[in-house]
Amino acid sequence: MAPVTTERDLRLDLFRGLALWLIFLDHIPSNAVSWITIRNYGFSDATEIFVFISGYTAAFVYGRAMRQHGFIVASARILKRAWQIYVAHVFLFAIYLAEIAYVAHSFDNPLFTEEMGVLDFLRNPDVTIIQALLLKFKPVNMDVLPLYIMLLVGFSPVLWLLLRSPSFALIASAILYALMYKFSWNISAYPSGVWVFNPFAWQLLFVFGAWCALGGAKRLAPFLSSRVTLALAAAYLAFAFFVAMTWYFPRVATFLPRIIGDNIYPIDKTNLDILRILHFLALAVIVVNFVPRDWPALRSVWCEPAIICGQHSLAIFCLGVFLAFAGHFVFTEVSNRLLTHVIVSVAGIAVMVATAAVLAWYKNIERGPRPPTVKPGLAGGDA
Amino acid sequence: MRRLWALLALAVLAGPARAEMPAECQVARHLVEDSPRLAGVTAAIAGRHLNVLVLGAGSSVLPGKGGANLAYPERLRLALAEALPGVAVTVTTDVIPHRTAATMVDALAVDLDRTKPDLLVWQTGTVDAMESVDRDQFNQALERGVGIAEAAGADVILINAQYSPRTESMIALGSYAEIMRWVAAQHEIPLFDRFAVMKLWADLGTFDFFSTTKKLDTAGRVHDCIGRLVATLVVDAARPPAQGGQ
Repeated sequence: MAPVTTERDLRLDLFRGLALWLIFLDHIPSNAVSWITIRNYGFSDATEIFVFISGYTAAFVYGRAMRQHGFIVASARILKRAWQIYVAHVFLFAIYLAEIAYVAHSFDNPLFTEEMGVLDFLRNPDVTIIQALLLKFKPVNMDVLPLYIMLLVGFSPVLWLLLRSPSFALIASAILYALMYKFSWNISAYPSGVWVFNPFAWQLLFVFGAWCALGGAKRLAPFLSSRVTLALAAAYLAFAFFVAMTWYFPRVATFLPRIIGDNIYPIDKTNLDILRILHFLALAVIVVNFVPRDWPALRSVWCEPAIICGQHSLAIFCLGVFLAFAGHFVFTEVSNRLLTHVIVSVAGIAVMVATAAVLAWYKNIERGPRPPTVKPGLAGGDA
Repeated sequence: MRRLWALLALAVLAGPARAEMPAECQVARHLVEDSPRLAGVTAAIAGRHLNVLVLGAGSSVLPGKGGANLAYPERLRLALAEALPGVAVTVTTDVIPHRTAATMVDALAVDLDRTKPDLLVWQTGTVDAMESVDRDQFNQALERGVGIAEAAGADVILINAQYSPRTESMIALGSYAEIMRWVAAQHEIPLFDRFAVMKLWADLGTFDFFSTTKKLDTAGRVHDCIGRLVATLVVDAARPPAQGGQ
């Protein structure tokens, strides 16, 4: 079995925290501040970071549980975690219903008669609420948690395999991804269509994260630090950046050979396009080369806000979705000026950090007077 | 991000007004420039007969008795007739609320047969996004629709969804808008970016899309501008290459 370091890797917390901030900014519709987020400069976005790190931490936490207490205990803990996420998702859905019901009640404009039809499901709540509980009806921006639930529900056997034959598990995951493309596998959604984040596709990144946590990262280390890899990653990021610029400056597009455009589009988020995976990997290569594990800044006060958010990712993710609703509400009800966008964005992140700090404090008092070293190695906070 | 560039572009490009468009429409003029050519429309104008078919769903019409006269298809007809003196302009509409792209394609063959248009103006994307129709199916429906229109000898313009701030957190338009942009680019046909146009108006405060109202006054002005801007796009894109450019 591959040896696993038990020291907390703060980089995971840091980047998951940053990903949560970016997801929050991207979730507020038409948020002017969201131009700073990475999705505008390449193919992948914060979702990839979140899913990868979630796989990494899940393997880290439950991998140890499976080694120490066996398959049944670890599986039970994984399912309990999935249940917690399900409850969180239903809670968010309740908030969403409240928002929708308010808009349906208070807004009317002949220009948007068609769009207001999206509220019609309030007329048959029996069907929609059941479909929501079945994870088939998923309102906008509420697709990540159902994906996470599915990934965890299927995780026990994958983890079992990862602990025995990591390479085989990773290859099996890649084969599932390929079969998904070949046979267009996805889960159906309500009222129509399929899951926005196809679990058969996104599992690849989750399993890859888990594989890295269970010794894969060590095995990749020589490859990751080679100059050739670094150069390739930088070149790919530059290419993606150039392509991204053609979305904003159509004139730039004339420099993009047609054959490239014909081959890369559409860049499919639902099925985790290979270009997106490569973009995430390139970003990861750059990060592991320039942000060492023992980087002093990781312990500085500057990184702490993001790190504590990353350590309480489920709560902070849910809070972010709620704050995005609230932020959009402020834009429509109060003011839609640029300054409001900046204030709402900064205030939202501040609330996320403050909440994470309170949660950390709770964890501390509930743990009692024991020193935190009693529970070592929770790399990446909660799973 | 797009809005910053749009504002910047506006500041740079705000040259002298060309058509006699109301200023509120004019501010979005730069968003309909540099479209792919509409060769069939060029020929139709030369032949002094321009026959347009508008295929759309609920955002191509306004409610009430006078709604059809205020909605953009009729405003498009008026603007085209004004811009093309001596050309007989007819606009036929097939507009039924709450239709997905696939449903519209089913109706399209009959429409094409009946009206034999030189130009199809196809508004879609909203209902597909509301019902989160499978993106591949949406893509295929667009391809099919554009394909049969072109096979029937019509040029095609796509119109994407409206910018509707109140429902923005409930309808995920993003990927559907991208697919429309992609299909338009693939077929080298113009896309009238209604979303960007209306977003610009919202950002500049040209029109108020937030207030609640039952009256049609703002909605009528918005549709008038959309009709004029689509007409501008058509006339520009149909200008013979020899006289093209600014």
